[in-house]
Amino acid sequence: MSKKPVEHVHARLDHDEDLSLLHEVSMKTAGVSRLEMCIQCGSCGGSCPSEMDMDHTPRTLFAMLRAGMREEALLSNTPWICVSCYHCVVRCPQNVHITDVMYALKSMAIQEKKYRDSSAPDFSETFVEMVEKYGRSYEFGLATRHYLKHSPLRMIRTAAMGLDMLKKGRLNMKPTTIKGMDQLTAILNKAKEMELAHE
Amino acid sequence: MSDYIFYPGCAMESNAKAYYDSLMEIAQPLGINLQEIDDWNCCGATEYVGINLIPAYSLIARNLALAAKTGQKTVLSSCSACYLNLAKADYYMAERPALGKKVNEALAAGNLQYTPGSLDIRHLLDVLINDIGLDTLKAKVVRPLKGLRVAPYTGCMVPRPDYNKRWSDPEHPTELIDVLKAIGAEVVDFPGGTTCCGGHMTQIGPDTAYELIRRLISSAEKSKADIMVTVCPMCQLNVDAYQGETNSHYGTDYEMPIVFFSQLVGLALGFPPEKLGFGSEITSTAKALSRIGMDIPEAALAEGKQHQQEGLPMPPCMRKTAKTPEYKRPCAEEVKA
Repeated sequence: MSKKPVEHVHARLDHDEDLSLLHEVSMKTAGVSRLEMCIQCGSCGGSCPSEMDMDHTPRTLFAMLRAGMREEALLSNTPWICVSCYHCVVRCPQNVHITDVMYALKSMAIQEKKYRDSSAPDFSETFVEMVEKYGRSYEFGLATRHYLKHSPLRMIRTAAMGLDMLKKGRLNMKPTTIKGMDQLTAILNKAKEMELAHE
Repeated sequence: MSDYIFYPGCAMESNAKAYYDSLMEIAQPLGINLQEIDDWNCCGATEYVGINLIPAYSLIARNLALAAKTGQKTVLSSCSACYLNLAKADYYMAERPALGKKVNEALAAGNLQYTPGSLDIRHLLDVLINDIGLDTLKAKVVRPLKGLRVAPYTGCMVPRPDYNKRWSDPEHPTELIDVLKAIGAEVVDFPGGTTCCGGHMTQIGPDTAYELIRRLISSAEKSKADIMVTVCPMCQLNVDAYQGETNSHYGTDYEMPIVFFSQLVGLALGFPPEKLGFGSEITSTAKALSRIGMDIPEAALAEGKQHQQEGLPMPPCMRKTAKTPEYKRPCAEEVKA
């Protein structure tokens, strides 16, 4: 990855371009993000099924990262509204790992507590907590805990559907725990140790 | 028989039990031999990757390492999200060796290791088409589903981003259509084939989810489909179980059943519906399947739910004017009208 992909435009700027935020997000993205290759064509936003609920299109968000607008970019609801459908990814002419950039932005927002509504970050964190406790996801526990905290009224309204799922054997009341929990915990602890130093 | 290491994923144990049950029935006659990965763990869905990168990939890689230990080379997954996560981890660990190295350091803490690229990660639909073959499938059909109009819903995560170059097209794949035609169903022209069902938005931003579910069902209705067919537990859950909430939100009265493709394949192979998990759906399949002379245990319809406002802050819905195109999120009363 080139450290200074736009060196040639420096002459036209009255200050050195600060691409540190762009690079930071790139480093925290899985695979080779190719974020610096974005040509602002807008294919991403034009392909997005949930763009209608985003405060910034992905294209705008990437321009904000390039401009170093840390606060605004991390506070954007865009990564949280991204539905992970990869439409933008297969249409991006520059092969930017757009969906994975959204994941990186979510994790940065959580780390720095930069979000306007805690419902979505809490949901992810509760899911992860369950997986770290049992090794498998535990829908019943996840849904009840999430609804209790964020929308108790909705839990009452969806109770009939939940009961139906239960009757039809589609909801397990008890979590399934894997045998190798110690092994998984050791792996995840080691991974967390290394998390901050990823390059 | 072709041998596969099977990664079922958490949904197959709970909300997608019909998928699991029907797969277990059809595997034997189709010659698919499944050996489940011993003590597999959750793939992290779309949640873990949004929290911590190295732990998320280590979580996925534990499954790859356990699979590789069996000595078999081909991993079969039936869940779209699990399939994508496994394939993606394998691909990214090779694309960015620093990631691969760190994941392996983490795995070493559990006495495991994984060499990126050493496994072939496949989805059930791909295996059915490319390993078993449509001719074999056709030869096994004893009860063609003639007269059943089916909307083929492949969803997002199977054909996209296609790290292993297995699919015909990322946006208009033909694989599911081919399978449904092979079992004698009438495949309708369904433009929503790979559009999103809303994923986890049903939990954190219901307004977004309802609109995506509405678009899918409305598109299937316009195509005059009797039933939608999916390859993904999440798609089935959202369109089936959240159809009632979507109806209350928009004041619509959709009753579009959605089942797993393995359930229809099972019917065509002659298995009775109760062995294939029929009856566990929230939106009843009884009417659709009566069209092919099948008697399905009647499933109770979800009770209507009230409109609610919670989740992420959203911009207001779009009033239809000369300037607002139709594909923006419409207001509830407009949809009703």
